[in-house]
Amino acid sequence: MDSLIACANLWKTYRLGDINVDALRGVDLTVQPGEFVAIMGSSGSGKSTLMNILGCLDVPTQGEYWLKGQDIARAESEELAEIRSRTIGFVFQNFSLIPKTSALENVQLPLFYQGVSLRDQRSRAEMALVRVGLKDREHHYPSQLSGGQQQRVAIARALVSSPSLILADEPTGNLDTQSGQEIMGIFQQLNQQDGMTILVVTHEHDIAAYASRHIVMKDGRIMIDQPTSEIHQVIS
Amino acid sequence: MTVLTAFRFLNRNRMRSVLTTIGIIIGVGSVIAMVSIGEGAKSVIQAQVASMGTNMILILPGATSVGGVRGGQGGAVTLTVADAQDLKKKVSLLNETGWAKRDVMQVVYGNQNWNVPVNGISPSYLRIRDWAFTSGGPFTESEMEATSRVALIGQTVLENLFPSGEDPVGKMIRIKNVPFQVIGVLAPKGQSPNGNDQDDIVFIPFTTAERKVVGAQFLGTVGALFASTERTEDLAQAVEEIRRILRERHRLRSEQPDDFTLRTQVDIGRVQEGTGETLTMMMFSVASISLLVGGIGIMNILLVSVTERTREIGIRMAIGAKRRHILVQFLAEAIILSMVGGLLGVIFGILGARATTLVAGWPTIISFEAILVAFLFSVAVGLIFGIYPANKASRLNPIDALRYE
Repeated sequence: MDSLIACANLWKTYRLGDINVDALRGVDLTVQPGEFVAIMGSSGSGKSTLMNILGCLDVPTQGEYWLKGQDIARAESEELAEIRSRTIGFVFQNFSLIPKTSALENVQLPLFYQGVSLRDQRSRAEMALVRVGLKDREHHYPSQLSGGQQQRVAIARALVSSPSLILADEPTGNLDTQSGQEIMGIFQQLNQQDGMTILVVTHEHDIAAYASRHIVMKDGRIMIDQPTSEIHQVIS
Repeated sequence: MTVLTAFRFLNRNRMRSVLTTIGIIIGVGSVIAMVSIGEGAKSVIQAQVASMGTNMILILPGATSVGGVRGGQGGAVTLTVADAQDLKKKVSLLNETGWAKRDVMQVVYGNQNWNVPVNGISPSYLRIRDWAFTSGGPFTESEMEATSRVALIGQTVLENLFPSGEDPVGKMIRIKNVPFQVIGVLAPKGQSPNGNDQDDIVFIPFTTAERKVVGAQFLGTVGALFASTERTEDLAQAVEEIRRILRERHRLRSEQPDDFTLRTQVDIGRVQEGTGETLTMMMFSVASISLLVGGIGIMNILLVSVTERTREIGIRMAIGAKRRHILVQFLAEAIILSMVGGLLGVIFGILGARATTLVAGWPTIISFEAILVAFLFSVAVGLIFGIYPANKASRLNPIDALRYE
């Protein structure tokens, strides 16, 4: 079976003034379709940098990155944008919905950028909202929705272009415990019922517990990469 | 959908949007108002020039010295009726020649009196000047020959001598104590291009003026000669022929200057119009500066907007917006802003022009050309001044943009 993600020896170096900062120092990672992975680490561990590269928002300084069999590492920004919009769905920590725009229109937006017809935009957006259980709120503005509801809209937006992969960066960071659990429940549903591949960045163990695989990063390297049950055994 | 999104964004920040467009509104509004006032003034001038006659040539005795000031007003009496008659014979382009002699005199009716310029004229003068009548009619050649005491009065004289509603035709007035019968009332002509009231006038036959009123000296001499051509294109050539014949008649040697002044209606009109044009140009430049300021205002606000929405731009890029999507979005906002500003400016400009007419009494003519140009200009301003911020927005790095607080 072809991996969804295959990274080899990823390096990312930033130039800060006259110093070179290595955010990633040789990361090897393979993800199969249908996996639910949690990536953990303190700030500065490189997890955000890794997410950016995996999400096609950035390119590595060195190394290989193959997404669905395509060589990403050397792609141009136009190409990246194209791949990004068709293959990856993003969920951010602070929901990142466009204000003063209805939930439905927010979910439609990725399809608009892909040039999909207005009618198809609408029907697909409605289906995505149904999937996250928010059809009855489709005309509400973000300011009229609770944190949990906003994040659900964000998930619907991530789903609407039928991506191969969902990347969630601290998706429960701005939510209370109960809403956070609701969100993770939805992720689990998507993973188990629809076979969606999900990568979650988090620093909370409770959240990471929902995933089937844990990766822990430190100083730009992967320290631990194991299936969940084994981690729990190690910790307890 | 991009236009709708842009429109919605501007609508929700209505206060800010309106403030941004004030520069454009003022710029477009003032252009429209000023051009309307300018066009109104031009039409007034054109009407005044036209009121002098059609294709009219004016010949005055005395030379024009440098600077256009005539030397020796009426002092060197060098034009005669015989000159006029000779010109009529020899210059085929002329369809009429006429002459006049004038003096200011007291005119009396009943117990009203009024000091009026009284012109002794040839009947052709009225035809050259395109002067119509509101009652009665002109005097004839035979009345000229008979030196009849008949008079034509202008509207101002009518108002000042006769009680309102009374038809003066047939009534007797006294001009410098000599009784005359009014046989016609002239139609109003308004102000001349140099500011005189053309309706403050009394016309009597030239011969009568010579003999019975002005006095017997200098018989045959005139205060001014008039001529007209059939077509405006013939004016220049007719003027040259007149000059040649008059110089011959006055026996001027080639090195001597003209002892008369030739002026056509077209010349007079051109001077006035030139002034008008300069004024309009000046006002137009001022208004254009205002438009420029308006454009800079738009650019400024858009730059702020881009900065404020950096994170939003990052999100849009993350969910699939390409550079051109972002560029078009912000450009649309700029153009909508300037278009709405342009529209409001046109409305205010028209209102301003109309208000000026009401308050100051100046006529204004709304020129649709000016409206179109000003509107297109405002759209162009939006485009030009929106490009820089829109481009800046589209070039944001998504990662940095997403991190922006």
